[in-house]
Amino acid sequence: MTASPAPAAPAAPEDYVRVENLRRLFDVSRPWLNRVIERQPRQILRAVDGVSFTVAKGETFAVVGESGSGKSTVARMVVGLLPPSGGEVAIAGVSMTDPRQEAARRALRRRIQMIFQDPYASMNPRWRVDRIIAEPIRAFGLIEGERAIRARVGELLTLVGLHPDDGAKYPHAFSGGQRQRLAIARALASEAEFLVADEPTSALDVSVQAQILNLMRDLQDRLGLTYLFISHNLAVVRHMASRIGVMYLGRLVEIGGGRELFSAPKHPYTRMLLDAVPDIGRSGRQRMPVQGEIPNPISPPSGCTFHPRCPFANARCRAEVPPLADGVACHAVHEGRLAPGLAAAG
Amino acid sequence: MTDPVLSVRDLRVEFVTRRGVLTAIDGVSFDIARGEVLGVVGESGAGKSVTGAAVIGLIDPPGRIAGGEIRLGGERIDALPPERMRRVRGKRIGMIFQDPLTSLNPLYRVGRQIEETIRTHTDLSARAARQRAIDLLAEVGIPAPERRIDGFPHEFSGGMRQRVVIALALAAEPELIIADEPTTALDVSVQAQIIALLKRLGRDHGTAVMLITHDMGVIAEAADRVAVMYAGRIAEIGPVRAVVGEPLHPYAQGLMGAIPTLAHDADRLAQIPGAMPRLSAIPPGCAFNPRCPKVFARCRVDRPEPLAVGSHRVACHLYDASGKAAA
Repeated sequence: MTASPAPAAPAAPEDYVRVENLRRLFDVSRPWLNRVIERQPRQILRAVDGVSFTVAKGETFAVVGESGSGKSTVARMVVGLLPPSGGEVAIAGVSMTDPRQEAARRALRRRIQMIFQDPYASMNPRWRVDRIIAEPIRAFGLIEGERAIRARVGELLTLVGLHPDDGAKYPHAFSGGQRQRLAIARALASEAEFLVADEPTSALDVSVQAQILNLMRDLQDRLGLTYLFISHNLAVVRHMASRIGVMYLGRLVEIGGGRELFSAPKHPYTRMLLDAVPDIGRSGRQRMPVQGEIPNPISPPSGCTFHPRCPFANARCRAEVPPLADGVACHAVHEGRLAPGLAAAG
Repeated sequence: MTDPVLSVRDLRVEFVTRRGVLTAIDGVSFDIARGEVLGVVGESGAGKSVTGAAVIGLIDPPGRIAGGEIRLGGERIDALPPERMRRVRGKRIGMIFQDPLTSLNPLYRVGRQIEETIRTHTDLSARAARQRAIDLLAEVGIPAPERRIDGFPHEFSGGMRQRVVIALALAAEPELIIADEPTTALDVSVQAQIIALLKRLGRDHGTAVMLITHDMGVIAEAADRVAVMYAGRIAEIGPVRAVVGEPLHPYAQGLMGAIPTLAHDADRLAQIPGAMPRLSAIPPGCAFNPRCPKVFARCRVDRPEPLAVGSHRVACHLYDASGKAAA
């Protein structure tokens, strides 16, 4: 489903977003002179190392992982904020990396918008809200005439659950949840059809988080939006996504439908994560004690990067990187040593 | 039943500002027994951290404790002179904060910081203090403690640093540990380890733990009892299973419904309209009344007092003095 080796031809209509073998390296070496004096080699951080997935039109695909897994780097490459070191991103059949498709890409740009964890950081504090939301409308010349623009801004504010009169206020007059509503209104102002949301509710209180998650689902139903949803919170991801990819140290270790992934996880890391989450619905259950911590991504373990923490690792896991096949990158599952299921302890 | 380690009665904390006196904590009462973990949960502005700060005597001006009593092991500690309170804080109350680096001096080896705490509050020799520091690091799960004791804080990962802080909090064998969002900055896999550790240490040492967090999941895993705070008051307090499984206060009910869970599919999350009131504009009567789906006339006038309803105590007019839901 995702490991298709086909070349970057126009995507099938159901694959709105196609990401293939996406890679991003960061050079985290000390400065040149220090390296020469201290005889240190270059240090390369493989933040994203060969990630492939597709997102169908109108669906929510979530990428979940702990800090350092590379999930935000994937999000930034998909929207084009960060050039990939390798691989291919195609959205609505338009390649985001091929220089020959520059014109098509420019036409598509405004359809792709990003929502950040801290909406306040992305708003000019000296601008009134109506000017902030009208900016994409003016920049792309979507609507002519001040009165029509003002009407559209009022409509957008109503759409995200605010009042048209709120346009006269400044961003600081709004609470965190309301600012996230403003960020969504601004994203929709450019007639976006694909929203990349990077931890959109992580800074919000639970009751406010519920309001924003419900709003995002309502808007998806009404406008047919497609979401790429990045989060560390498994419960939020389960609530939002139809399909989920689990990342560990720059690689997708498991990918699948939300329901299967949560009821019958395959990869030992997914099992460990699901077991570790404190969850009000499952308190008092027996849990597998979590082993170890995420290794330093600059010098990741050989073979399968999860092997030092994995109770099922053998010699092959220590030597050979498992490919992503049948939705999971794990030798133990591929060899039939490990059956899917929640009972994780071996 | 033995006396509680910590007993808070009618605590009131005020902040004096140019615009008048703001009441951050208003009539909060609770006990924590030996070896018990009390979870204090609430959203931003509920007053949970201020409650913790009041117990350890760290309310800075313009804030002040304006009423009520705080007793530690039966002795009043809310009005001690600063020097005596400082000793209580180091010896009898341990503290764990969200960011372990705020509790650790970056210039000193972690061993020295733990030994210093041990030697200030006990009469152990330097040698014995070092051995005890190594034992503590081993107990909180730091591998090769005899080597790691000479490391600097920056040489530890986030989860390991939080373990060092827990060792530091335990160093003087306190009766009470106040943990304010101890796992919020950690990844889930590390968070689970720290929760398990806190729970085990509370049990093994008989330490009372006040666990302050916004994360209901953490409370459900770690706490024995839970207090749900709203606008500086306790809305509901009771055994964690009862409050999570069958909350009685409409705010607690809304809060539980708003939390996405792994256990089942919800098409929509429950939604509480509006937001927590500002301290300067806490509504009269029940503080939750403007957002409450079950509000009636009395809620807008009378402030509900906490009443025992089964194993819970609830401050809500829906329940009458007989402990039944009123019609």
